This record gives sequence, structure tokens and C-alpha cells, in this order.
Amino acid sequence: MPHKLLELETHSWPSSYGDAAEPRVGFFTDTSICIGCKACEVACKEWNHVPDSLKGFSGKSYDNTLALGANTWRHVAFIEQRKPTGAEAAADDLVAAAQRANATNGMGLDTYQDSEGIRWLMSSDVCKHCTSAACLDVCPTGALFRTEFGTVVVQEDICNGCGYCVPACPFGVIDQRKDDGRVWKCTLCYDRLRDDKEPACAQACPTNSIQFGELSELRERAEKRLDQMAAAGQTEARLYGADSEDGVDGFGAFFLLLDEPEVYGLPPDPVVTTRNVGQVWAGVFAGAAALGAGIAAAVFGGRK
Amino acid sequence: MTREAIPAERVRERSMVPRAKPESYYGQPVLKEPTWTPEVPFYFYTGGLGGASAGLALLAEARGNDVLARRAWLSALAGVSASPVLLISDLGKPSRFLHMLRMFKVTSPMSVGSWILAASGTATAAAVASALTRLYPRVGRAAKMASALLGMPLSTYTAGLVANTSVPAWHNARLTLPFVFAGSSAASAGAAGTALTPLRHAGPARRLAVGGALVSVGAAVAMEQILGDLGEPYKKGLSGKLSRAAGALSLAGSAIIAARGRSSRGAAIAGSVVLTAGVITERWAVFRAGFASARDPKYTVGPQRERIECGETRGAVRRARTGA
Repeated sequence: MPHKLLELETHSWPSSYGDAAEPRVGFFTDTSICIGCKACEVACKEWNHVPDSLKGFSGKSYDNTLALGANTWRHVAFIEQRKPTGAEAAADDLVAAAQRANATNGMGLDTYQDSEGIRWLMSSDVCKHCTSAACLDVCPTGALFRTEFGTVVVQEDICNGCGYCVPACPFGVIDQRKDDGRVWKCTLCYDRLRDDKEPACAQACPTNSIQFGELSELRERAEKRLDQMAAAGQTEARLYGADSEDGVDGFGAFFLLLDEPEVYGLPPDPVVTTRNVGQVWAGVFAGAAALGAGIAAAVFGGRK
Repeated sequence: MTREAIPAERVRERSMVPRAKPESYYGQPVLKEPTWTPEVPFYFYTGGLGGASAGLALLAEARGNDVLARRAWLSALAGVSASPVLLISDLGKPSRFLHMLRMFKVTSPMSVGSWILAASGTATAAAVASALTRLYPRVGRAAKMASALLGMPLSTYTAGLVANTSVPAWHNARLTLPFVFAGSSAASAGAAGTALTPLRHAGPARRLAVGGALVSVGAAVAMEQILGDLGEPYKKGLSGKLSRAAGALSLAGSAIIAARGRSSRGAAIAGSVVLTAGVITERWAVFRAGFASARDPKYTVGPQRERIECGETRGAVRRARTGA
């Protein structure tokens, strides 16, 4: 197996699928070209029959969904930052500012996110389909499973609504539908993948901010985009979850961000909780042994 | 007298000292709060009561204290019978409770715990049935051993269950919380034994009640210390109030048992009731502290940002390799 594939390998993909394993797929969400149209949110809801999640008018910029959840599988975040950007930021050197504006425009690297005195950040969040997925690890029923595409999906007919995955997810993605009792999240359009179609959100995205494809190929593409942006002076650009060395061993759905992850409501250093499951069990059995010793001391350590 | 000007470098140094509140997206939580219902903390109690009572019963019997042993077996049976009812009622789809036994996963304390509870419930029921009917004494003895042995992890795995999540107030307490639960379980079984057993035979139960309460309260204090800033939910808000009430009730209950539990049945029962209220409140304090910890993004982002800033990890972010 080529090295690139090994890097993407998860606990059960591709090993448990043998010849039926498909290439691992995912999303590269390039937030620098997101225009906040929410077509992804709508397309996802329509295709997956996700119930409405109306919360009223939040007053938080244009965001009225606020977070991913059982009924929000794509969520567009809106951040308005009062800071000088682009030409304004380089106002003391007009030549440099003009050169930079030329470079970005000429190379098609416009981020659509600069305006006067305000920096707009927009980003479409989604389930990360982690290489080491806490939701999947803690699921006692096996309802959460790794598909042949390397994605993480809940089987609706198995989930018994125990809720363990909900606080286990380091991103707060998965949640329970109150009326239904089961948990729900992005399936990366498992049904569409099996019909050789791209997920609904990626198809609906008008700017190609949401890119779907084979994960190895997406990582290369993201790397190029990052270098291009750095060359054009967009030094705030950074990749989030794009390689296998983070706390969840890489995201299946990763991002190009223009600020720190927490600004978008994302954890800067997510770690899969089961990385420490050995310590968890050590604590449990040490506690159990202490309890046994304590009972023995109480019974034998005095009068009958 | 003229004051010396503070050098510019020192001013800058100082202004960097106060740690800024971690950034967030409109204060939205990063994690999801658990969806678990009020049955869950009561299950923590009944599981601990059942498991520790089975251990107390087996050893009391071995010591020849049958009066206490009989009552402890009944407490064990009550505990392990109530537990599955509470657990099933907590499920979003209770009719699918058997799906819990589709797999056995060591990465999921809930999976392992379901098997422990199923096995310990079966063993305890068999042990009590054999004792009452005097049928199959050999099977009965084996069942008693199994019930007592399984009872120990049954009492503490629930601590591992909540610790094996992303919730900082739980996950970072993974090495101390099991001792809080071990102490609470001992106190639960001790209190039940103290209340149900005639004074003359209740000595071991009283010692277990008082010792368990002290361990539970002491371990909770140690846990809050070790958690540092992440232990705030155990001190502030509703969960902080619960935590303080739990400590006060547990200490008061065990003080009554220690002072008057030997001479007055009324005091023994009263002390046991207060102590039981204390340990149930302790389970509630831990339960609600997890919700508070998940709700505020500062508990999630703060320590992660710190790990990155002190160079322990670079987190999930990578800048361009080539640079500008």
C-alpha cells in the first residue's frame, strides 16, 4: 500500500473491508472563498430530510443556526471583525498595498471577505469524520460505524439513544433528536456516495468553498492553496485538521481558516477521549480494588 | 522623592501576564452538553449500593455475621434490580435496550458496564434465590462470589464512563473520580446496612459507612485540587452548591453514625438517611458539574490553547510550510 494511503488509515478502514474498500473520501472546506450563502445548509436539509431547526432571530450576524446539531449537519458561521485588512492594513506603504491587491486579484485569490474596516469570516462547518473518532469508539451498540469510504455514519436502525457519543465528540457535532430519541449527524451523504454522486452540500456550493473528493487528493490541493495564499501575502491562512498528526489523527473533513479555530467555535487542539482509555480503566480498577480493600477492612478490622 | 521609571520591556512583559479569556464564537459551547436524564445520577447511586453491598454481604458471611449478610444481600439485590430500570428509562429508544449487548467494546465503558451490570444482576439474583430456597447451594456460593467480585467495578465504572468523554471536568478527573465513586459506594452500602441491621450486628456496616464517607469527601477535595481551573464547576453555580451540600450531608451523617450509631437504633437510622442523602447529592454534583463544564467554551478552549502556547503540541492547525 502506498505511503499516502497508510497515513489515512483508520482502525477499521480499509482493513475490515478487504476488496470492498473504497478510497477514503472527505471534504476540504476552503473558508476563504465562502460567501455565507447557506446553500450547503439548505441542500443538506433537503436531501437528507433533516427536520427544521428554527431558533428565531439570533442577532449574531447572519447566523441563526449557531451550531451543528441533530438537525443541523452543515452550519455556516459568520464572524465580523473590526480590523483593517488588505490595502488598509498596508496603508503606510501604498505601493506594497497596490502590489498585493494586484496579486490577489490577478491570481484569482480574492477572498471575498475584505470590506471597509471590517473583516468578514464565513465558514461552513460539518462533522469532521475523524480518523480516530470518539463517537464511534464509545458507541456501545455499534450503531456508529466506519463505512467502506472511511467515513463515520450512524445506523438509524441500531441506535438506542444512549447518548454516549454526544459528550464524547470533541467538536460537539453529534446530538440527540428529542422527539425521536436517537442521535443524528452528517453522513457525508452515504447514500449518494454509493451512487457515485458527491454530497449535496458540495454540489450546491456556488464558490467551490466546499470541495469533495478523495482525501489524499484533497490534502494535496489544500497544500497548494495554502502556499498560493501565503505567496500572495495572505499569511493568516492556515489548515485545520489537514494532516495525521493532530489529536484525532487527522480529519476526514478539514478546513482552510483565516483565524484561530476557536474564533469559529472550533477546538484548537481536539483530542479523541479514548486516547486515554487505558488511564480510564486503570482508574476504574484501582477504585474497584480500593473499594474491595475498604470493605474487607470494615468487616475484619473490628468486632463482628 | 522621584520614582524610578519602569523600563519599557518590563511594562510589556507585565501587560502580557494576565491571561486573556479564551476566544469563542459568540460564547457558544464547543462541546455538546450530555443528553442524559435525571435517572443517570440515581443509577450511579443504585449501582454503587448494589455492588458494594454484594461485597459487604460476602465478607460479612465469611466473618460469620449472617444477620448483616442477609440484609446486605437484599440491599445488593435492590440495587442491581433498580439499576437496569433506571438505565433503560434513560435511553432515547428504551425498546432497543438489548442493543447494548450487541457488542463488547473496551473503548466504551458503557458497553463494558452493560455487561458487568447484566452479569452482576444475574449472579446476585441467583445468589439470593439460592439462599432463600436453599436449592443448589454450590451454584449459590459461586453466584455470591461472582456477584461480590463484579460489584466492585460495577461501583466504579460509572466514574470511568463519564471520564471517557471530552468534558474537561470529567475527563481530567479520570484518575481521581473512581475513588470518589468508590467512597460513595462504600458509604451507600454501609448506610443501608447500618439502617437495616440490629445494632449488635451492624459494626462492619457502621465502619464502612463512616470510612466510605470520609474517602468520598476527601477524594472529592483532592479531585478539585488536581483539576485546578477546570474544577471550577465543582465550586461554582448549581453543581458547586450540590458539591458543598454533599460534603456537609455526608460528614453530618457519618458523624451521627460514629457518635450515636452504636447505642441508638434511631440515631443509626437517622445518620444513614442523612449519609444516603449526602452520597446521592455527591453523584448529582458530579453529574451537573459535567454539564456546566461542557457548556462554557473557556473550559474547552483554555487548556487546549495553553497546550499549544507552551509548545506541548501544535494542535490541529498548520501554517504554510514555505512562509510568505
